[in-house]
Amino acid sequence: MATTLDKVDVVTVGVGWTGGIIAAECAKAGLKVVGLERGKDRNTADFLMVHDEYRYAMRYDLMQDLSKETITFRNHRKMRALPMRQMGSFLLGEGLGGAGTHWNGQTWRFLPYDFEIKSMTDKKYGKNKLSADYQLQDWGITYDELEPYFDKFEKTAGLSGEDKNPFGGKRSSPYPTPAMKKTPILKKFETATSQLGYTPFMLPSANLSEAYTNPDGESISACQYCGFCERFGCEYGAKTSPEITVVPTARKTGNFDVRFHANVVEVMKQGNKVTGVKYIDTQTGEEYIQPAEVVALTSYVMNNAKLLMVSGIGEQYNPETQKGTLGKNYAYQVLPGTTGFFDEQMNVFMGAGSLGMTIDDLNGDNFDHSDLDFIHGGSISMTQTGTRPIQTNPIPPDTPTWGAEFKKASIYNYTRTLNVSTEGASMPHKENFMSLDPDYKDAYGVPLLQLTYNFTDQDRNLHKYLTAKTSDIMKEMGAKTVMAGSPITNYDIVPYQTTHNTGGTIMGASPDNSVVNNYLQHWNADNLFVVGAGNFAHNSGYNPTGTVGALAYRAAEGIINYSKNGGSLV
Amino acid sequence: MAVDKKGLSRRDFLKTTGIATGALVGGGLIGGLVGYNVQKEGQVAGTGGHNGVGGEPAAVNNRGLMFFTNMAEFNVLAQAVERIFPEDDLGPGAIGLGVPYFIDNQLAGNYGSNVKEYMQGPFFAGESTQGYQSRLTRGEIFRQGMVRMDEEAKIRFEKNFVDLEGQQMDEIITAFQKNEVDMKGVSSEFFFKLLRQATLEGAYADPIYNGNVNMDAWRMKEFPGNQMTYIAEIENEKFVKYEPKSLSSMEH
Repeated sequence: MATTLDKVDVVTVGVGWTGGIIAAECAKAGLKVVGLERGKDRNTADFLMVHDEYRYAMRYDLMQDLSKETITFRNHRKMRALPMRQMGSFLLGEGLGGAGTHWNGQTWRFLPYDFEIKSMTDKKYGKNKLSADYQLQDWGITYDELEPYFDKFEKTAGLSGEDKNPFGGKRSSPYPTPAMKKTPILKKFETATSQLGYTPFMLPSANLSEAYTNPDGESISACQYCGFCERFGCEYGAKTSPEITVVPTARKTGNFDVRFHANVVEVMKQGNKVTGVKYIDTQTGEEYIQPAEVVALTSYVMNNAKLLMVSGIGEQYNPETQKGTLGKNYAYQVLPGTTGFFDEQMNVFMGAGSLGMTIDDLNGDNFDHSDLDFIHGGSISMTQTGTRPIQTNPIPPDTPTWGAEFKKASIYNYTRTLNVSTEGASMPHKENFMSLDPDYKDAYGVPLLQLTYNFTDQDRNLHKYLTAKTSDIMKEMGAKTVMAGSPITNYDIVPYQTTHNTGGTIMGASPDNSVVNNYLQHWNADNLFVVGAGNFAHNSGYNPTGTVGALAYRAAEGIINYSKNGGSLV
Repeated sequence: MAVDKKGLSRRDFLKTTGIATGALVGGGLIGGLVGYNVQKEGQVAGTGGHNGVGGEPAAVNNRGLMFFTNMAEFNVLAQAVERIFPEDDLGPGAIGLGVPYFIDNQLAGNYGSNVKEYMQGPFFAGESTQGYQSRLTRGEIFRQGMVRMDEEAKIRFEKNFVDLEGQQMDEIITAFQKNEVDMKGVSSEFFFKLLRQATLEGAYADPIYNGNVNMDAWRMKEFPGNQMTYIAEIENEKFVKYEPKSLSSMEH
């Protein structure tokens, strides 16, 4: 029998970026907030010995314990879905800060085009640019409407960057801190892309170029370029993370409490309102019900969708009929890229997660697609994230993958190899979706989320086109050997690709085609907010966290408004 | 065939266990077999910070097996990983770097028991895009793999794996890589990937994990290990060389 606790104003399920932002804003506004975090407490002091590729990058010390919970996966509906037993394609977070602790810090605003992609594509290329199998739709909000929230997130994060991207949306203020240092490796890319007629600029970074105090009074340190960002926490507090910004902001109000080892298994619903959540204390096994005026689902894309599914909130998407909205429009990304082998040695082991230069000339609708067999594109970057020796064993084409020749080549090329890489956009397809698995359960007896996903022709065409462009850039950079990425075939959940999973709880202007409105308020329950990259109706050609942060600020405003006035916010 | 000659001499060394034990001070037979290069270098992992370990000659060999109980299996592992990452003019191979001990030690812990992996049934083979679907733990897969490699050696060459020529060992490893060997509950291709990956992990992990002895693999690759900051050098046009540092050099 579950113990029922005292009612609070707001409960957040998960305390990463979205939960932290909502907690900070609501607690500042005087609301009593409880954050339920299934993982443990952690902060900068836990990362002193983090320069450990084996423990953190290979054995995923900061990430989700898959023995407790994972997902199942299949490429298409006729395949038997099986559990993702080991971490691979994407890296799920756990613990205070969530994936916001071990991210790289590349913090973008999606393009104005992204938010109105359906209308703008139809207008420019006609209604049949993509087949009806692609479920393209506008997001129910425009870039201009979202701009103040982008601005707020960037100020909270102290983002470092330069306003030189000719394709970016209009900014109400400059980046809070200057761009990071332009290294010799980045300059190579800058020169080559400029010569090819593109417009390179420093990538917007949450690894800060200088010490900064944000509007909430939280301090973020200056990056030391130590080369341990992705998969690691920052021992300096120089990579903006929830646990050094929004979480302490929420805590110092006195209105916020985080409960650790608290794994939410159900959202409780009565009529057209939610009443709270049920969670299990993973240390004692005890069940609790936390009643709340407002429930905010602020865990990862997959868990947010799963909780709605197991709680029976909303209509599950059905790919046969294309009816239902929950689980619809799951999207991922494709990563066109080219490896170049050089003669000279470079300081590849130095770097930071978002130290890089980018061109946006081939992203969004920044170039003409009239004669192309795909829409959208991707941001093309040279990043210097700090390559580490276990994971980085570059070998030229036709070199054996083990033995004497492998050893020589991988050691020689370790300091002589660069990659031009792309964050390629991903369009929703009717056969790519999330649902509940009928067979496999998590450690608490709750069904696993089932992912049905494959790359589509749109992905393959986009990948092929942009791979050729990255190859041209690498040639211009003067690489001795240029090795373009192989064409993509079927999505494979084994190799790491990107943790940029999106969709499933998408936002929109109508309950007919979306799960939440543009305040991330659930269409079926006014006091339920679902926040994260699950809200994206498609995935753009950038890292998602900037847009996730903006949406979280939007949701926080919505929750505060709802708490005052009730009802639907749109 | 310089590499093969070296391989051969190592095998001769393995056969002549009298010399191996005789050459050691305080080390056991196991240390003699695989830790030979460790002893020769006169140093184990760590470069200071810990009393009595960093920088001290390894007068006492405190390496031992935590997972394998059968020396023949451990010796197959040692020779197999050396073929994957061999000693050459650049520096030590997997044996010299302590990789067999690294793998043994890891198999005895969370890694070998798949503590952070979803291991609930039912189990089905699945498509390659769906990844690891075995009910076996990594520890069980490695043990089976060693036994199967030795069996393949006997089938193909009527010898123990460790008595084969380098090329013959490579033929067997390649057969595993190409999924031509039958294993129970797991494909030989998957086992090969695991073995190759663990070899690289053991070679290049921080020496605190008992591989990458003397940080020699980092030296070969010119990776500086645990440096706290590069802010002063990040804009340097020239390649910067560092004496590598292990996490064991940190104050605890």
